[in-house]
Amino acid sequence: MNVAEDAASTAARVAREAYGRLVAALSVRFRDVAAAEDALGDAFAEALARWPETGVPASPEAWLLTVAKNQLRQGARHRTMASNPRVLGALEQALVELSEQPSEKGDLRLRLLLVCAHPAIDETVRTPLMLQAVLGLDAARIARAFLVTPAAMSQRLVRAKQKIRDAGIPFDEPEPAKRPGRMAAVYEAIYAAFAVDHDASEVEPGVESLAEEAVYLARVLTELAPNDPEALGLYALLRLSHARRSAGTALDGTFVPLAEQDLARWDRTAILDANAVLLRAAAFRVPGPFQLEAAIQSAHCQRLFSGHTPWKAIEFLYATLNATWPTVASAVAHAAVLVEIDREREALALLARVDAARVAEYAPYWVVVSHACRRSGDLAGARDAMTKAITLTRSPRLRNFLEATAAELCTPAARR
Amino acid sequence: MEYMLIHLETTKEVARKDDPKEAPAYWGAWEAYVKELYASGTVKSGNALQPPHTATTLRIEGGKRHVQDGPHPDAKEHLAGYFIIDVPDLDIALQWAAKAPCVSRGSVEVRPVLPPPPQS
Repeated sequence: MNVAEDAASTAARVAREAYGRLVAALSVRFRDVAAAEDALGDAFAEALARWPETGVPASPEAWLLTVAKNQLRQGARHRTMASNPRVLGALEQALVELSEQPSEKGDLRLRLLLVCAHPAIDETVRTPLMLQAVLGLDAARIARAFLVTPAAMSQRLVRAKQKIRDAGIPFDEPEPAKRPGRMAAVYEAIYAAFAVDHDASEVEPGVESLAEEAVYLARVLTELAPNDPEALGLYALLRLSHARRSAGTALDGTFVPLAEQDLARWDRTAILDANAVLLRAAAFRVPGPFQLEAAIQSAHCQRLFSGHTPWKAIEFLYATLNATWPTVASAVAHAAVLVEIDREREALALLARVDAARVAEYAPYWVVVSHACRRSGDLAGARDAMTKAITLTRSPRLRNFLEATAAELCTPAARR
Repeated sequence: MEYMLIHLETTKEVARKDDPKEAPAYWGAWEAYVKELYASGTVKSGNALQPPHTATTLRIEGGKRHVQDGPHPDAKEHLAGYFIIDVPDLDIALQWAAKAPCVSRGSVEVRPVLPPPPQS
């Protein structure tokens, strides 16, 4: 590993962590995310540029605050901000508070995450908001993952922050009765950061990954809400999925299905870490959809340790998940598992019960229909479904894989 | 912060006001809501409006006056009235909006009031 590169990524991580904490603290004070970002933005940019060479300062947050304060005093760029005494005052007060208490206590990033995922904020902008406000990612970087232009992403972010400020979205802790619902929106938005990356990179292999950032955000959330079993479940789910991610693409770029993945390419450390977190979540005895999804991924990962996949346990987990938190995706995944354990008739029955309108354009549904038909001897049905799946699949490497499967359905071997 | 609660009703809901069977329930629900809102001390001002068929819509296009009987013809929901309330934040404004009778038979739009420009 390149040593300079490593120092750079450590410096960037520490800078983002400190920046996120400070943006949160100032946002809560100003009730204005944009103002907080504006006050700290230049100092953050300077940290990203300088720390890889100079090393990370002893107190990253104090460094950022001091630089931000000096920049505001000079008033070179922030004419409007500098003329606003409350900004300078807030920076000074934050410095005092920082010297009085450990930074974890002043960590208000959870409140900032809750604001980003407030029901009054459009769902599609919640994830970009979190990535920017909490991780300090710039609009261009986020735009690349979401397949929109930097200008469009930047405008969406600006509007959302204006809405937060002008609509008076509260930065207080939500009342206990509302907390579960508000937290669920935070989980969803972090999960979306992981999923959008998958979708985007499927279509355009050059798209930059946001998966690392999503896993990181989920980890931050486990620190901010350590007694929240679903937050732990979310982190475990993302870490487990990410651990197998690179194995899903062969060295020549083709798609590798789970069953054929090279186990040596699974990230063993990540899997063990995620399993430990999932155990911590389970100890609370309050199950939830992310914990169950994580348990399913954990079961898939068992193959690394035991050499086989516990399909029956996975089937049970899907049945539990779908009984309480049904989604189209999990119904389809459940059906796929039923096919795997030779219960293709039940799989077909389950697939038939899914709302047709919601799967008309959902390729995985048709792939599983095809598998279930093939296993029950309906080759014509299998071919039709696979053809449909192929037309619905945008990712070239996934389409190549499905086309190979479809070709197989036309060979004599398929009749066995 | 000051917010306007903009009460919007579907055409079907508007018709309830004049339906002898529905009118008591309709007005009763509004009376209870308005009473609770005033009792909370958050109301700055507010009014109910005469029904949409009493509206006159005016538009000037290319210097020409177009006067039309009734509300904008494309409107799917009709303005029934509004309140200006002063509450600490959006969540509390939304809590009040959720109590309005028209919230399940139309909608309530919640908008912050634009503060007056600073006097210099």
